[in-house]
Amino acid sequence: MKRILWIPGMIALLGVGCGHRAAQTAAPHATAAGSALVESSGGKQLGMPGTMLPQPLVVQVNDASGNAVTGALVEFSGPAGVSFDPAVALSDSSGQVSTNVTMGGGSGRFELTAASPDKSGKKFFLKVTELSGSYQQQVGYEVNEKYCARCHNSESSAQRVSNYDNLSVKPHSFADGNAMNKLSNSDLNAIITHGGPALNRSALMPPYGWTLSKAETQSVIAYIRLVSDPPYRPAGVTYGKQ
Amino acid sequence: MNSLKAKIVASWKAVVRDPIIPFGVVSLLLLIALAIAPLKDHFSEWRNYQHQYVRMIRTRGDAVTLQRHFQGGIRQIWLPKLGVVDRCQTCHAGLDEASLSDVSTQPFAAHPVIPHHLDEFGCVVCHRGQGAATTVAEAHHSKMAGEQPILPARYIESSCGQCHHSTLEGTPKLNQGRTLLTGYGCVSCHTIKLADGTTMTATDQPPPLTHIADKTTREWIYAWLKDPASYSTTATMPNFNLSDADARDISAFLIADSEPLSGDTAMTPAVASNSAADPAAGASLYGESFCASCHAMQNAAGNVVGGNLGPELSGIGSKVNAGWLQSWLRDPRHYDPGTQMPQYRWTDQQLQLLTGYLQSKTNSDFLANVHLAAATPAQIAHGKALVSEYGCASCHQIRGIRKPDNFAPELSRVGSKPLEQLVFLDGMQHSLPDYLSEKVRRPRAFGTNLHMPVYAFTPAQLEAVTTALLSLTDRSFTLPPQLQVPSPRISNYQPAGHAGQLMTNMNCLSCHRIHGRGGDMAPDLTWEGSAVQHQWLDAFLKNPNTLRPSLIRRMPKFNLSDSDRAELTDYMMTVYQTPAFERDSMPLTGYAPAEVEQGRQLFYSKYGCQACHIVNAQQDKGYIGPVLTQVGSRLTAAWIYQWLKNPQALRPGTTEPNQNMSDDDARALTAFLITQKTSLKQEAKQ
Ligand code: HEC
Repeated sequence: MKRILWIPGMIALLGVGCGHRAAQTAAPHATAAGSALVESSGGKQLGMPGTMLPQPLVVQVNDASGNAVTGALVEFSGPAGVSFDPAVALSDSSGQVSTNVTMGGGSGRFELTAASPDKSGKKFFLKVTELSGSYQQQVGYEVNEKYCARCHNSESSAQRVSNYDNLSVKPHSFADGNAMNKLSNSDLNAIITHGGPALNRSALMPPYGWTLSKAETQSVIAYIRLVSDPPYRPAGVTYGKQ
Repeated sequence: MNSLKAKIVASWKAVVRDPIIPFGVVSLLLLIALAIAPLKDHFSEWRNYQHQYVRMIRTRGDAVTLQRHFQGGIRQIWLPKLGVVDRCQTCHAGLDEASLSDVSTQPFAAHPVIPHHLDEFGCVVCHRGQGAATTVAEAHHSKMAGEQPILPARYIESSCGQCHHSTLEGTPKLNQGRTLLTGYGCVSCHTIKLADGTTMTATDQPPPLTHIADKTTREWIYAWLKDPASYSTTATMPNFNLSDADARDISAFLIADSEPLSGDTAMTPAVASNSAADPAAGASLYGESFCASCHAMQNAAGNVVGGNLGPELSGIGSKVNAGWLQSWLRDPRHYDPGTQMPQYRWTDQQLQLLTGYLQSKTNSDFLANVHLAAATPAQIAHGKALVSEYGCASCHQIRGIRKPDNFAPELSRVGSKPLEQLVFLDGMQHSLPDYLSEKVRRPRAFGTNLHMPVYAFTPAQLEAVTTALLSLTDRSFTLPPQLQVPSPRISNYQPAGHAGQLMTNMNCLSCHRIHGRGGDMAPDLTWEGSAVQHQWLDAFLKNPNTLRPSLIRRMPKFNLSDSDRAELTDYMMTVYQTPAFERDSMPLTGYAPAEVEQGRQLFYSKYGCQACHIVNAQQDKGYIGPVLTQVGSRLTAAWIYQWLKNPQALRPGTTEPNQNMSDDDARALTAFLITQKTSLKQEAKQ
């Protein structure tokens, strides 16, 4: 009889224990609500599987007239394996929330979501894409940065002025899936190795076959496949018999 | 005797009436015992995974190939030279199947493409864990004495660093971590020996403190010691969490210990009155001299922009005294013989302008609350003791204090530190990566008597430093030496003679590399004497104009005297010649018009050079390569020809693609380019 008395006691203790933990991770209390989320910085970064992205992801909560909202609750979520630090936070005095994103296992595109409740408690969302690259794709990224991006990326920065506007025939951005996905791996290999004329295109695309190693060429192809949007689906491979 | 035997038989019969029954029981037990092993095997974890794998590949398009590749049973990679016995593929059955690259469920994912093959290196060399184990728990998670659990994927690049001691394209985390270890002074206190026989050396250049009283005030030193980051967010000096009293005493000691440098504070009389008179002219001199290539400064928008080779200058006016600043600008090596700052040979008037401009860059908050009473001898003595205690002399030169040897524990093998030797904080995960990361993040939490300072690393930087530390393993030293890819040899090239003196003086090597030594901000000059024409070099040194409009960092003007400039030009033209070809083997003039025309066509059509280069300023637009409108007055014909044939052979790493050009094409293009000369009109203007 005595022993049975312990049981409610244990349950109570368990309850206290769990309650304590729940209290620790409880969401911060929102003091305001916005109506739109915009990305401030940190989207479309390239990380490696399981590692933290170099820059934090920063989003901003705005109200209907586009002013920053302080104290709004923002919740981050992503596919299994992706983690956020913090995963839930309140927007700061400039309406921003910053979180460090650690990528999940495996390489590819990761669609992340930031969500925040509006005045009525209904959530509005912002989708942000981050990339996770394998070793090969990281090498491809470096090759692209060094050799290709000046022509293929139309955006200029202080460190790297773009040459895009100066070209009489315009190359495509590697992120332009509609253009890049039409080219097979062997097409890509041909134009990168032998230059534009290999695919009957402009000689403004130089040949890199005597500058890059075969592995580097393969790696830049793997990188192009990673960043293309819509994503690349190779033809002719079936992924499962229904 | 007989009766005893009878008794035993009788009692036996009493216990077991029929001998068949015990015999049956024992046999059954034996049978069960014998069955345990095969049953355990049959129901083993790994067999279960293999069944799942077989079921998975059945549904795939290339099922037949995958099934042909699949081998059941325990699979093992045995590499005695590397100490590898890896059975990981027993469960990770699809590791080698490129067609499974879309599978993300473990243990069946294909291994991402890397430059090594499984059969050469096995698994644990990179992933750690127990290769010989055949259960997940043992293989991945065992922490028994001397065993390393699997390395979390976020730190995987550390494993490349066990053999690759030079920068690798595919390992940004590791590269960043190593740069932090050398750039933030970690290796000034902690010795890190690498398996290639080298020792990591610091790349930051903390200033000597021997004459610090000439340069700044005790108040500034105090505030800086309390929190370097509040003066400059890019400061590499960490925070020692000093108490007010300790900072007071260290600043007292440093000022008392400082020895005045002769001629240091001599200021031209005009400076004091004239200094801030014309801030706009000062600002434009700052801009023209390309100070921002190396120094950052806060701009009007509040952003800190500029290079990081030298210190940030946003608050320089609150730091240094005007007399010191002017003499520093006049001759930086007088104060610090090891500085990377060039001597610009500014005129007195320019020195005044710059000094005035820089003195106006103040950070008034920084010193707002610092009020120090005159130092007492006891405080100075205590300050000296603290300077020794905190190992300040590991990084800074300080009078009367020797650079301590092995001030902090050696870290050469910290990436293999056994877990049982670590002391974890409450609530910490018991793993080596977590320990290292936490130890760097908040070192003082691990004990009250520790002196390790605090770096304000971002989480991503922390991950990078941890990755670099994890690469320092026992295995790194035990792997066969022929696997080591050594760090680039450190060259101690020093240009000779008076010209060499001038080059040291202007610190050419802060930006240019020559024979393997120097910076990478500007072109490598090792073969400059073969590349350019004498007249051009002389004119360029006199008045550098940029060749690449797209660059923000440019060659500053160093105001050399005519005779110094002539000497430097001669030296470079004579000494920096490649043995690969004869500079004057091709003429600078006299090419047939037909050949020139052919070159023009090759330039614009076959090779599309106008994508990056401008020959005709009206029509060509590409400007990521050097402008070639006057290339015929700048480069030698032999250099152009050799460059076209193989640019990387002349300047490794250049982004100009090698076009595998025929000799004829290269010759025609050379003919075309060498005719692009400075027009007479322009020459007259110069
Ligand atoms: C000098 C500028 C320049 C550089 C550098 C350059 N490209 Fe291009 N590239 C072009 C131009 C121009 C085209 C378009 C040719 C056409 O459509 O006729 C092009 C086309 C391509 C295409 C075909 C798809 C498209 O964009 O139309 C691929 C693939 C490509 N480049 C890959 C690369 C890679 C990989 C590198 C770096 C190793 C690189 N390029 C560097 C100028 C450049």
